[in-house]
Parts: sequence; C-alpha cells; structure tokens
Amino acid sequence: MAFNTTRRAMLAGSGAAVALTQAPGAHAQSTGAGGGTPPSSMPVSFTVNGTAAELELDTRVTLLDALREHLELTGTKKGCDHGQCGACTVMVNGTRINSCLSLAVQHQGDEITTIEGLGTPEDLHPMQAAFVKHDGYQCGYCTPGQICSAVATLAEIRAGIPSHVQGDITAAPVFNAAELRERMSGNICRCGAYSNIVEAITEVANSDLGAA
Amino acid sequence: MDFNQPAGTNLFDNARVIGKPTPRIDGPLKTTGTAPYAYERHDVAPDAAYGYILGAAIAKGRISAMNVAEARRAPGVVAIVAAPDVAPVGKGMGNVAPLFGGSDVAHYHQAIAVVVAETFEQARAAAALIRVDYDRTPGAFDLARAAPHAGAEEQDDGAGDGGDPQSQQTPKRIGDFADAFAAAPVKVDATYTTPDESHAMIEPHATIAGWDGDKLTLWTSNQMIAWSKSSMAKILGIAEENVRLDSPYIGGGFGSKLFVRADAVCAALAAKEAGRPVKIALQRPLIANNTAHRHATIQRIRLGAGRDGRITAIAHECWSGNLDGQSGEDGTAQTPVLYAGANRLVASRVTHLDLPEGNAMRAPGEAVGHLALEVAMDELAEATGMDPVALRLANEPTGEVPGKPGTRYSERNLTRCLTEGAERFGWARRNARPGAVRDGRWLVGMGVAAGYRGAPTQKSAARVRLEADGLLVVETDMTDIGTGSYTIIAQTAAETMGLPLDRVSVRLGDSAFPAAAGSGGQWGAASSTAGVYAACVALRRKIGEQLGFAADDATFADGRITAGDRSWALTDAGAQVAEDGIAFGDFQKGYDLGTYAGHFAEVAVDAFTGVTRIRRMLAVCDAGRILNPMSARSQVIGAMVMAAGGALMEELVVDTRFGLFVNHDLAGYEVPVHLDIPHQEVVFLDTVDPVSTPLKAKGVGELGICGPGAAIANAIYNATGIRVREYPLTLDKYLDQLPQVA
Repeated sequence: MAFNTTRRAMLAGSGAAVALTQAPGAHAQSTGAGGGTPPSSMPVSFTVNGTAAELELDTRVTLLDALREHLELTGTKKGCDHGQCGACTVMVNGTRINSCLSLAVQHQGDEITTIEGLGTPEDLHPMQAAFVKHDGYQCGYCTPGQICSAVATLAEIRAGIPSHVQGDITAAPVFNAAELRERMSGNICRCGAYSNIVEAITEVANSDLGAA
Repeated sequence: MDFNQPAGTNLFDNARVIGKPTPRIDGPLKTTGTAPYAYERHDVAPDAAYGYILGAAIAKGRISAMNVAEARRAPGVVAIVAAPDVAPVGKGMGNVAPLFGGSDVAHYHQAIAVVVAETFEQARAAAALIRVDYDRTPGAFDLARAAPHAGAEEQDDGAGDGGDPQSQQTPKRIGDFADAFAAAPVKVDATYTTPDESHAMIEPHATIAGWDGDKLTLWTSNQMIAWSKSSMAKILGIAEENVRLDSPYIGGGFGSKLFVRADAVCAALAAKEAGRPVKIALQRPLIANNTAHRHATIQRIRLGAGRDGRITAIAHECWSGNLDGQSGEDGTAQTPVLYAGANRLVASRVTHLDLPEGNAMRAPGEAVGHLALEVAMDELAEATGMDPVALRLANEPTGEVPGKPGTRYSERNLTRCLTEGAERFGWARRNARPGAVRDGRWLVGMGVAAGYRGAPTQKSAARVRLEADGLLVVETDMTDIGTGSYTIIAQTAAETMGLPLDRVSVRLGDSAFPAAAGSGGQWGAASSTAGVYAACVALRRKIGEQLGFAADDATFADGRITAGDRSWALTDAGAQVAEDGIAFGDFQKGYDLGTYAGHFAEVAVDAFTGVTRIRRMLAVCDAGRILNPMSARSQVIGAMVMAAGGALMEELVVDTRFGLFVNHDLAGYEVPVHLDIPHQEVVFLDTVDPVSTPLKAKGVGELGICGPGAAIANAIYNATGIRVREYPLTLDKYLDQLPQVA
C-alpha cells in the first residue's frame, strides 16, 4: 500500500486487513482498495428458505446484498443500508436481524428465512394475509420487513423475551398493542400504516392463542 | 371525454364495486416481496453494472480539481463519469439546479461523479478514492437571516405589491386589513416557524438505465411518468420518443419522486459511458441533501375579531427560501378558503438560499400552513373565551370563497366535519382550562383543527382492452405510490364494464401507455379513475357499434349487456380495444374544488420529563365520493402519521456555517415509529362532488396531513398551558415551563 494515500483509502485498506485476519478461509488477494487487485472473496454456504446456497462472495457483501443481488431474492428491501429503517429484516436461525448490518460471510451454516420463505401470492402466510386484510401497508416497500419482524415479534413474546414497555421484566410478556408497538418500532413505515399493522398482527396473535 | 359541466346522475350513484371497501389487488405481491421495484429488475437488465454517486462536499463554489485516476484503477471499475468533464445537463420540470455536470456546485451533495463497477461494493470503494479540491464560496443558509423582515410590522404597508398578480410572491389584499385589524376588539398576532423536512420514503430514488442505440429505457421510481419522460429528454437533449420510463411499483414518494432526480440522470449517462445497463440507488445519507425537501417557513398570522369571535381581519404572511429565490413553500394556501372575514391579506415571500433545493412534499403549502393558521385559531378561541370548535363554526363562510372573489365552493361540509367529529371524539369532555387534567404523571389535553386541501384535477388517459375470454386489461401510465391506484382503477373499470373485480387486470407506470394524471397534488385518484371511465365508455360504444345498440343507454352488468329487451354477453363482439381520456373544462375555474376535515387529537405530556405521547387521533373527512374506503382510510391515517412527525419530531437541521442538512439519514432525521402512533380513527362523510369528476370523487391523500399537526399542538397547549410556536414541538422547547409537579 502506498504511504501517500488519502485517509479514506487508509481506512478502507485497514478494514480489508481486519476482514482478512478474521477470515482464515478468505482468498487473500489484496491489502488495499486502491491497488488495482481484486478484492478478497471467500466461499460461504447457508440455507435460504430451506434451499442450500453456496456462494463465493466479496467479503464486503452484506447478507442483504447477497440475497438481493446474488440470489435475486429481492423481497428483502434496502431502505437505508445502515440499520436505521428495518426494511431488510430477515430471520437467521429464527431470530430477526437487519440483514444490512451483517456480512454474508458471517452466516456460514445459518438458516435464513426471508419474506419469500413465508408464503407466496397464491398461498399467503397468515401474517401476509392479515396485512392484506387490514391494509397494513401502502407503498409496500417496508412491508416484507414489517411482516418478518411481526412473525418474529410474536415468537419473541411467546419465548418470554422481555421488552422496554413491560412493568416487570421478570414477568412473562403479554400480547397487547403496547408490546407490539414497542417491539415493532425498528421497522419504519413512512406511509404510516402503523395503526393497521398493529391490527393485522393482533389478529394473527389472537388466532395463534386461540389455536394454542 | 370532455367534462364540461357538473356530473348528473350516473352509474356511480348506484355503484356495486366503486365505494366498497376493497383489499388492494396488488396486496399479495407486496406482502410476499414479489412486486418488483426499480432496483430489482433482474428480469430486464441481468447484466447491469452498479453505479455509485459521489456527492459534493461543499454547499456552494467550484470544483477546482477532481482526480479520478486512483478510482479508475480500482478493482472492477467499468467507467467513471466526472461532472467537470461533462457540460451541465438541462433542467427538467421541478429542477432548480442541474442534476449533473460542470464544475460549479450549487448545493451540498449535488452529484459530481458516478462510478460504475461490476459490483456494488467495488463501485462504493472506488467512489471513495476520488479526490476533489474545491473553491468554496460563501452562501446564504439561514432563512431567518435571509428574510430579515419575516414577521416584521412593516410587511402590511404594501411593500412587494404591484408585481405579477399570478406570482406566488404578490400579496393578495381584500378590503383594508390594517384598519380593520387596528379596530378589532380581539387580536392575535403570532409568528410560527416550521423547519425543513425530508420526504424520507423508504425506497431510495433508484433507476436502472439501459440504451438500445438512441433509445433509453429507465426502470425507475417516479410518480409522474409523462412529466418525467419529457423532462428526461430535455435534460439529456434527446428526442422525447426515444425515452421510456417504467415504474410499476414505487416505494413511497410523497413528492420526492415527482421529478427526475440524479439517480436517473447519472444512470443514463453512466450506461452510455459503460456501454451496458447501469443501476443506481441513491445511498440513504445522500438523499436529504442531493434531492429536494420541504422548505422551512416563517409565518406570521394576525387575526382581528369581534367579541363574538367573528373574524373581521385576517393576515397570513409566509417566508421561505430556495436556490432560485422564487419557488417557495406557500403556507398561506388554505387561508383564502377556510374562514370568513371581510378584510384580508395573504403573502408568500421567497428569498434566495443556497441550501439544497426545496420542492413539493405532501400537501406543499397547506401542510405547514395549518400548523400556523390552526394554532392561531386556537389562540383566538382562548382570547375570545370561545370553544375552538364553536369559533370555527362562527367563521364559516357564506356564499363566495372569501379570499377568492368570484369563486364558489363546489362542495363544502366543514361544519359537519367539526360537529360530527366533536361528538364522536367526546370533545365536550375537554377542560378548556389548560394544564387542568391529570392522569397520574401525565398532563392530558385535547386539540382540534380544521383541514383544507385543494382538490385539483388533471387530464388523464387510459387504454382498455377486452380480451376474447372476457378479461379486461387497463393500461395507463398512472402510478401507484402506495395510494391504491391499482385497486381503484380496477374498481372503476369493473363498475363501468359490468365485470367482477377479478376479471380486470391493471398495468401501470409505463410511458408506453396513455398518459395519466400521475401521483401528485392529491389529484391522482380522482383524475385517473375519470380517465379510465372515459376509456371504458369508449369501449362500451365500440362494442355497441359492433353489436348494434346505443351503449350510453345500455346496462353493463354481470358480464352481460342489456339494451331494451335485447341482451348479449360482454364478449359477443370479440376482443376490442379503446383509448380515451378525460379533459376538464374551464367551468371548474369558477369553483374552489377542495376537501375538508375536522381533526382531533388527545395527547399526554409527562409532567416530569415533558415527553409527549399521542393518545388518540380522529379525522372526519369531506372529500367527495370515496372510491375505496379501505385504501382511502390508509391514505388519511398515513398522512396523520406524517403530520404527527411534523408536529413533534421532524426537522432537517441546518448547519448554517457549511450549508447542509446535518441529520441526513433515518437515524438522525426522526420520523414516527410504531410506538409514536396510537390507534387512529377516520370517518368519511357520505358526500359527492359533481363538479369534480364523473365519479364525483376527490383526493384524500394530502387532506390527511392538513390539520392533525395543529390539533396535536393545540392539545399540548391544552395539556400544559405552554404555547410553543417553533416546530417541531420537542420537549427541550417547553420542559422548563412545565407546571410545578406537586
């Protein structure tokens, strides 16, 4: 690496070096972004919606971009790429995450569920059907993230994971609108469908409880 | 079809599909992630390279040197287009600064280079290697300093009069405001400020551009296809027939995607340079400064009234700024219409600012105008000792529109909105004494505001194709930005042709289709359905000519046609195509076509911390025939959410030293989240407006943001006794004034 480089290039180069030390399987080909040599890549395999995916990826590729650009599963949305909007929410081993905040190569062996794995237009998941019934969306762009988050939220409440709005965090959390609003607040809907989204999730929660 | 007089009785008065709550027909696609948005079109451009835009790091000045050599050598780089190497592109509609080209920098984060690489990561990394030197020049970044007379006493002396009467900036006077105000026994004189705001739609501006010889296709995210097709031709200096836009799904716009933006221009230039399709999404931190925003305003309102609350003098003056010093935020837009009063003054003054360009955001003008006028009305209610609902009823105009002589209301039911809303909301339980209601640690208050938003119409066309199997395909370049266009267009076609909804297929957003009104100004729903109706009427007549009946007297229902004692299957004439549009005649100019609402809010303010929580919201809307009460309600609740954001949290913070919006992402620019919004209630009055369209419908998508913010502000005053006139109403502005906690 040249020493008369810019601070930005230095930071980018440092980032690449860190990725290398943490990824012994990486195909180390470069120490800096400006050197004209290809970036580091490494293989990664995980399952997406039950289907095995084996990819050779630039180590900088986020899980979000692996899904959208490499596997062409564009149901998971990119709203901010910075973990600020929630549009990219997917479930990894049953836990929801912002897929933009996670590098794809971190997910070796993981089981990933995206919106495409919940249902199809012909065979909607109950949460998807409830969003349609209650008009829990408008432009539709945050919607896959809202739905993945909603499915995971109900699982989190069932699993007894506490939230900020509980009076007593040692008690089992309950299903109510305040809990849903708190737990869903990482998913921004700029169209403002919140009131309907809560109704959609409540319907699914109640039918789940009824079935239990 | 020419719409030259108010609609008479027609098939929509006995509608079977229109007016019924109908889940969106695009719902299964949107909820499964299978609706394709602009950046996701692997189907049309599988070999697209990735573009990444570099934004200017200064607000005003010149690029003295740009070194792209290192970036060009970076892995995967296919092409770089540097602004200093390209002549400034032309300006399309709504563009104040050129979107690309040249060495001059007009605003912060203006696009100055685009890097194309094989992957997104490579393009992003290479863009960071471009080195730019600037000559920075001073600019005007502070509205309060650029408009030093804002709120000043001398603004009613006639200064600025005598200009172009059509200009936004020319004061409009009726009667003698100054004398009437001086003589009024009760006065309110208050100045309010609203900040710059960002549309913050969740889908970033995004485009895939591909050239086939001279022909350019843009798979993009755009609200106004026909405008933007012609703008794109102008921007690039190419023939309009060589441009095609395709925007079947749009992840929110709110005005931000009315006009062509840098993503489309840079993708087109870069695709030309790269010799292959290029896809670009504006990175989130670029959007607030690169694209447009709602302008900040300073608004002064003076109300003079009798002790009975009747307004005798009303003045609303608004100051805003923009790069061109001309196109501002006209906060006075509702003031000529809402209330009576013989002596009036409105003025909207625009000054030059070197901030990023201001432009339309949902209900431009009225959205922030209500934050001033409807709080001033609350102040007048208190000054007269009247109930805020009763004060508004006392100022209901009779006859002509008071601020627009010679203009009549086409349809106005504001008093019903307010009285029925008050009843439903439990307004009678409101304690008029501020700070008097406690619920544990919470100070509780209620507020009301009236709402008005104009309901303009725009010509709109469509093509309808009846296939041999009886499926009806509607094609129009109308867009659905979350508004529900797909569904209401399908409902309109189903109603007119007598088909069930599932026998109608709607295709939108392609400039190859007939030009529609597009999604803007709250005109989309009413205008585009009227255009689809016109096309369907043409199809009915065509079928009538084939089968030998007078289509306008026939009944189309349940897949059959009945004329007199004769009857046919709809498909008896075989496959047929018709195209037509609606054009609105001058007779509408004699009317103020508007929509009205009564907005109510209840808030609780934490007596210890000052945190404000909205407990309840209600809107009672008067907006003509509601085509789909389900999606219309969503439009209104969504607008109420955005209004809550404007009242309580949204603000692009200006760095007045360097001329940029500092909080240019979704972490820094706070919008309402789930926890901020309670259950919301919306009521639509059962009204129709025959002056508007054959369907007697008007828009609702912007009405919902006109008033709720003021209702919230008034509720905070009722809860706390503190009047904050500087939006957003964040707790730092009133925490030290909260009542003593016992």
